Amino acid sequence: MTEQSDLLARARAYIGSEATKPVTARDPVNQPMIRRWAEAMGDTNPLWHDADARAAAGFNGAVSPPAMLEVWTMSPYRPGGGTSDEGMEVLKLFDEAGYFGVVATNIEQEYVRYLQEGDIIQSRAVVADVSDEKRTGLGIGHFVTIDYEFTDQKGELVGRMKFRVLKFKPPLKQAEAAPAAAEGKAKKFPHPRPAITHDNAFFWEGLKQRKLLIQSFNGRLVHPPVPACPETGSFEWTTVEASGKGVIHSFVVMHQPQLPCFEYPLPVVLVELAEGVRIVANMIDAKPEDVAVGKAVTLDFVEVEPDYILPAFRLA
Amino acid sequence: MTFDDIQVGQALPELVIPITASAIVAGAIATNDFENVHHDKAAAQATGVPDIFMNILTTNGFVQRFVTDWAGQDARIAKIAIRLGAPNFVGDEMKMNGEVVALDAAARTADIKVSGRNGIGEHVTSTVTIGFAEGAR
Repeated sequence: MTEQSDLLARARAYIGSEATKPVTARDPVNQPMIRRWAEAMGDTNPLWHDADARAAAGFNGAVSPPAMLEVWTMSPYRPGGGTSDEGMEVLKLFDEAGYFGVVATNIEQEYVRYLQEGDIIQSRAVVADVSDEKRTGLGIGHFVTIDYEFTDQKGELVGRMKFRVLKFKPPLKQAEAAPAAAEGKAKKFPHPRPAITHDNAFFWEGLKQRKLLIQSFNGRLVHPPVPACPETGSFEWTTVEASGKGVIHSFVVMHQPQLPCFEYPLPVVLVELAEGVRIVANMIDAKPEDVAVGKAVTLDFVEVEPDYILPAFRLA
Repeated sequence: MTFDDIQVGQALPELVIPITASAIVAGAIATNDFENVHHDKAAAQATGVPDIFMNILTTNGFVQRFVTDWAGQDARIAKIAIRLGAPNFVGDEMKMNGEVVALDAAARTADIKVSGRNGIGEHVTSTVTIGFAEGAR
């Protein structure tokens, strides 16, 4: 079983069980809280504050706006501005697995009846669903759905709520291109940037320290970086630092199209490293006519912008 | 207004909500939501967002109000389903629009699709199901 499906299985084991302990409202449904809510929403519906209007509509005492359903059972204020949220075990599982991000995506509330003054509301929450892994605009993650039931002091159902949150792995911060310098046409356009993912971040971090790191799956070296061993599927890997020696396996000389930030003609080489893997990089300090298959090269590093370093090769 | 006054395709009058710090804090407190990202700018910025932003229960409240402002005090909300998108940050404004999308003549209920857009994009899309009080039929 992979790490991923194990997490999902453990999360799905919570389906059908209580997501949190039941919560009983600290205050009965009351006019002051309703008035404050209606003022904050700019809601002038007379049902919320006019005794005659609600009596004419058949209500006894204050009537709660239906959208206040969950308000009655919210957690108390704690100094410092947090909440006393005890947290849901099923969500903590995802935190531990690196899915730190959380965002509510959907809420569906159904109202069985309008709540009235004196009602004491209780809520129960049950884990209803955990989705497969999804790729979203915020990052990869899982949707977790919690079903709530709200009952009154007689234990009768007054409303339901379906609450869906996305637990996601925030994407790695991508380096931002340096702001264009005022002078020099070479700086008019930013240098292209790599897309840094969880799988290749080690490679770019290594370059910042002027190290060319190669992925090693139990001794089997792989480049470019991959999520899992192409042979065994294993997610376990380490890195080895390239010695920097290699031989040109193939090459092209770029003439067109000419992109800003590069000098042309530009020799681009496929180098077979002494370790056995191949890597694509630019040649530096080499005339195109001197570049040939089979020639020995040595590794160097080019600092394109601060903290943005690319590997390059020069003739040995 | 009663059920018989409603037709599919009918548009609700636009409602524009200025998203001020006061509006966000008033909504958060009125809905008992004390998460600091809804009232403390420094705490919000520490999570990587530019400012405090509106909490969900306030959005839910504005959706309800937007519909009953139009449907009147005899309307009875049966269901509010919302989908959340771009946050409502201080300094923005939310333009709310809506349209009747379905009628159930037997149950005498109407489905209203609501959209709340801000400067970033779609803050909320919602379907609200309403009926009417018995006496108003």
